[in-house]
Amino acid sequence: MASERTPVRFYQVGSFAVGNRLVALEQRSAQSDPERANSLTSGHRACAGCGEALGARYALDAAMRATEGRLVAVNATGCLEVFSTPYPETSWRIAWLHSLFANASSVATGVAAGLRAKGRSDVRVVAQGGDGGTADIGFGSLSGMFERNDDVLFICYDNEGYMNTGVQRSGTTPGAARTATTQVVGPHPGNVFGQGKDMPRIAMAHEIPYVATATVADLFDLESKVERAMAHHGARYLHILVPCPLGWGALSSDTIRLARLAHETGIFPVFEAEHGEVTSSLAIRRRTPVEEYLRPQRRFAHLFDKHGEVSAPEVVAKLQALCDRNIERYGLSKEEGQ
Amino acid sequence: MQRQIEGSQAIAQTVAMCRPQVVCAYPISPQTHIIEELGAMVKKGELADCEYINVDSEMAAMSVAIGASAVGARAFTATASQGLLYMIEAVYNAAGLGLPVVMTLANRAIGAPINIWNDHTDAMAVRDAGWVQLFAETNQEAVDLHILAFALAEELSVPVMVCVDGFILTHSIERVDMPEQEQVDRLVPPFEPRQMLDPDDPVSIGAMVGPEAFTEVRYLAQVRMHRALDVIPELAGRNAEVLGRPATGLLHPYRTADADVVVVAMGSVLGTIKDVADDLRESGIRVGVLGISCFRPFPVEQVREALAGAKTIVVVEKAFSIGYGGILSTDIAMALSGQTVPIHTIVAGLGGRPVWAASLRKLFVDAHEGRLAETVFCDLNTGLVEAELERMAISRRSGPPAENVLRDLAGKSGLN
Repeated sequence: MASERTPVRFYQVGSFAVGNRLVALEQRSAQSDPERANSLTSGHRACAGCGEALGARYALDAAMRATEGRLVAVNATGCLEVFSTPYPETSWRIAWLHSLFANASSVATGVAAGLRAKGRSDVRVVAQGGDGGTADIGFGSLSGMFERNDDVLFICYDNEGYMNTGVQRSGTTPGAARTATTQVVGPHPGNVFGQGKDMPRIAMAHEIPYVATATVADLFDLESKVERAMAHHGARYLHILVPCPLGWGALSSDTIRLARLAHETGIFPVFEAEHGEVTSSLAIRRRTPVEEYLRPQRRFAHLFDKHGEVSAPEVVAKLQALCDRNIERYGLSKEEGQ
Repeated sequence: MQRQIEGSQAIAQTVAMCRPQVVCAYPISPQTHIIEELGAMVKKGELADCEYINVDSEMAAMSVAIGASAVGARAFTATASQGLLYMIEAVYNAAGLGLPVVMTLANRAIGAPINIWNDHTDAMAVRDAGWVQLFAETNQEAVDLHILAFALAEELSVPVMVCVDGFILTHSIERVDMPEQEQVDRLVPPFEPRQMLDPDDPVSIGAMVGPEAFTEVRYLAQVRMHRALDVIPELAGRNAEVLGRPATGLLHPYRTADADVVVVAMGSVLGTIKDVADDLRESGIRVGVLGISCFRPFPVEQVREALAGAKTIVVVEKAFSIGYGGILSTDIAMALSGQTVPIHTIVAGLGGRPVWAASLRKLFVDAHEGRLAETVFCDLNTGLVEAELERMAISRRSGPPAENVLRDLAGKSGLN
């Protein structure tokens, strides 16, 4: 757990969800506050079970709380922008700007610079985008923002593909995953195996003040990381895994479960880093084989037979090896309380 | 104050007097001296309350300007050529959002073949983007147009591009009457944005618009742009009053009143053309010149009026539409639709090729005598072209055309 405000974790349900009612009033989540900002309010057009909408709502409300409402958000083109603003409606109750797909980081730099020039140092800036707008087309712009250490928190909502355009492969799509451009055909069905773009580690390589990852399974953790990020100045990066029912071929009701499995298998390590060094990681409480994470997702259906048994053990083993490597690298297997 | 000053320095110092709050810099020849000078001024504290951002690309330069403008900060950048093309998506975006960014375009050719020298191909590539495009004939005009640009952009909520011929103007040192800060302050009032990101009054800027309203939003952009045709002369008049020199507005007619042949052009080449016109008048050929200062929005009415008496029109262009012909010529033809006056296009000065007075003189005489083709390429080396065409006819694998032409050229001049 990242935040110092909850040294002990209280769990009241089998899902390991944090029991909000069990923590002191001032420690409860931003979302439980009836006075919360509702930055992304209801009525938007996201799919049922959209992890990105959930992540964005929590992240921005936490940022609004951390800045006492002095916030401007810049959005890259993508699902989040499209489902929130079809004319003449907007679901944003905060100052919000969308320019293009590739340039959210640069636009945010401009917002921060403009505010500084105008003496508005009280207003903070968040930029946000999907994995395409972060790891692929927006990569240069983001790296420039990091390198200049501009006072911007960039949040990547990673659903591991171009979901807005119909589920095509991105630089963060995992190996073997089916997308519309990595079809389940030929001797190596699904996406190729490679290093992918490990954005949090690339962000850390810029030695920026703060880098963190989170999932929509642990929203308390997510909020505390936003809060921690807003306590820093300079370039900050938060990478949130947001399952996409449509793109992953999963049940809308499984969004939180899949995000939790991503953490518990180790395929998505949850950690924090400051100035290029890992400072904390969220321990796995119940280590789970990767196939448990893969099985409920139709994008990995070709790895299983009709009875749900693994039919491509060598591919699953490769993915398991990635999980094991993450667990080792980020010390995720340590016992609770350590 | 009269000074001997490099064009880029004059532009940078004028921009500084316009009190930009965010300047984004990414280097590309021949724009570099402008952003270098501004950077030094910010660092020395001569340009106060200005954020100078060294960005990672031209796309970032225009994007930073968009972000800054959206919070109500006055934003400036400069680019050229490939840089303009690299940021083209953001160029359209700034206009689409209605953000009054001001940008200097140090006009340069577009590759391939890569070429750092002057022509107008870059400006033509974004003529439909929704930016006001002003062309400077001299460095004095470049200075005056930048003052006008900030006031115009912010009055209309439209971005403005000041086009200045790369090297020919940006790198030449000539006499410029530099304005005083107090004069510029009178001409460029503080920025009062029509839209602004403000936590106290949150708005969504850049929302998605579908078929139900896209046409209307675009139509409004057209209305705002057309207003520039009224606002530019007003601002130019005020500039002239405050600065004490002739106004630089939409057009520059020169000896057109009784002219049989009127030559139309944009930018620094107008100086040469006016010399040729004077010269031809001494030989009894009545030539006039129409300089276009404002290319977008295109001043159709004013152009029609200025060309009313012409018997022959010659358009000298530093760009052309490959597969078609003159670009400015097309606009001139549209302005004169229904009339039968012949319009000739002379494509000249591509990729920095000098535009010689003697060459123009001959072509203008040909136009006057009715001998000029509809489209001609000034000083085209036909030998080089024919050699390459022959090579292509003989061999399927004739090789890279640019390399072939250079090899032939070197051979001819004995450099091989």
